[in-house]
Amino acid sequence: MAGQIKLAIDHVSKTYQSERGETTAIHDINLKITENEFVTVIGPSGCGKSTLLNIIAGLEPATDGKIICDGQPVQGTGSERGVVFQQYALFPWLTVRQNVAFGLKMRKDKSAAAQERVNHYIEIVGLSEFADRYPKELSGGMRQRVAIARAYAANPAVLLMDEPFGALDAQTRGQLQEELLQTWEKEQKTCFFITHDVDEAILLGQKIVIMNAHPGTVKEVVAVDLDYPRNQETRLSEAFLAIKKHVWAQVYSSAGV
Amino acid sequence: MQSELELPTKVHKAKQTRKLKPHPRVRKLAWLTLSITVAIGVWWLLSVLPGTKESFPNPVAVASAVGTMLGRGVLFSDIGSSLFSVIWGFVFGFIFALPIAILMAWYKPLENIIGPWIQFIRSIPPLAYVPLVVVSAGIGAKAQIIVICIATFLVMTVTIYQGVVNIDPTLIKAARVLGARDRDIFVHVIVPAATPYIITAVRLGATTALTTLIAAESTGAEAGLGMRIQSLSQTFDMAPMMLYIIIIGIIGITLDKLIRMFERKVTKWQDK
Ligand SMILES: Nc1ncnc2c1ncn2[C@@H]1O[C@H](COP(=O)(O)OP(=O)(O)O)[C@@H](O)[C@H]1O
Ligand SMILES: [Mg+2]
Repeated sequence: MAGQIKLAIDHVSKTYQSERGETTAIHDINLKITENEFVTVIGPSGCGKSTLLNIIAGLEPATDGKIICDGQPVQGTGSERGVVFQQYALFPWLTVRQNVAFGLKMRKDKSAAAQERVNHYIEIVGLSEFADRYPKELSGGMRQRVAIARAYAANPAVLLMDEPFGALDAQTRGQLQEELLQTWEKEQKTCFFITHDVDEAILLGQKIVIMNAHPGTVKEVVAVDLDYPRNQETRLSEAFLAIKKHVWAQVYSSAGV
Repeated sequence: MQSELELPTKVHKAKQTRKLKPHPRVRKLAWLTLSITVAIGVWWLLSVLPGTKESFPNPVAVASAVGTMLGRGVLFSDIGSSLFSVIWGFVFGFIFALPIAILMAWYKPLENIIGPWIQFIRSIPPLAYVPLVVVSAGIGAKAQIIVICIATFLVMTVTIYQGVVNIDPTLIKAARVLGARDRDIFVHVIVPAATPYIITAVRLGATTALTTLIAAESTGAEAGLGMRIQSLSQTFDMAPMMLYIIIIGIIGITLDKLIRMFERKVTKWQDK
């Protein structure tokens, strides 16, 4: 498991200026993520999870510190860092296939291999039959599958996900968790996954980053020593429950409840 | 196997509903016919009631006014002249409105400077600034086109601007992380996302072009529907006047129908 460092978050802080004064969203965050590692981030609402993800993605500048990807400090967005948003963010005027192909189109990649990638990921998320439908014709779960396929098809080295299953019902969420695990096992990728669901954080993560609020800091990093393949039944195992007890206590105490 | 079982029941259902209710298009046509019939009935009533009969010549008299105006040789030149001003005024209005609206939404300083001007001019009835236009542009088609252009530009700019401002910012973020540059975002996100608003703007612009026609043609046009209505009103020539009013209405509805047909084609992806 001691792979090389893929992504380093180096003393990153972010302070927002607004009319009502300054808000320090995150303060001095340090994390190292190794190649193909699946990291989940959990913490109370407002602790700066999205802010951190946006900074890693290059959608917002950090006030302090830097993000290092493959040994290079990052500047702005880059196709080696893909993002899946909570609200799907599909282009409603494009079909499923066109949405999945968007990243390759931006790269002007019209090769047969690109076409194959698009079909491959549409198939992986089980939407081949719906390839020519518009997003409005799909359920929430299907839309998020398209968004995941779209991120994968652009072939990023790091996949950043901001509560991607947060808007889905429990059953669909469970299904998508398993699908994401299977895809990750098949095609290894470095994943940074934000959630506010303790079970989800444990089930998906090899490592859980627990955050504190006001300002957002890293409270603890918990290693998750659970065997693969993991599925919904994993949630009933002794080992899972032991980790859950610990994480639960940490998250609750940091929420100040 | 499942689909084989399902298919007959579906066909059966479709047949049943067809027997009970006529095709939607037939029903629509029936309602439209009824609506027009009632309108003509009401019109007839207005043409005989003592309080309103001076204003409303009866439908037969109006229909025969077609012959009168054709005989005077002005009907087609009036329609042609008005359509010419309306179409060119609208086209120029749109050509200016689209980039300016998008730039205003894109660069805040531009919005801060131009926004108040647009709101200000929009609150002035076009008839009020017609003399200003005539002094520089002279009388004739040029002045008419300018007046219609200004009015349509204002309403279309406001509508398109609203559309661009309301674009979901996560769509732009999503495009950025997939490698889109500013130009790509403009072509592949802003324009398609704003398309429903652009079409709404076009529809409002077309309506505005027509409603501004009378003001535009008060610049001393030699022909035109608006100019003719004014000159007929001076001689209380009610039947042809009514005919011209109806023609403006028909042009308006036809334009609106055409734009709606186009809209359905390009925005079939939209939630309704
Ligand atoms: N654009 C912004 N301007 C000002 N404050 C912001 C902005 N974005 C986020 N914040 C503040 O930063 C803090 C962290 O927000 P966020 O990263 O969205 O938290 P989380 O995703 O963990 O719920 C919150 O207090 C929020 O109000
Ligand atoms: Mg968030």
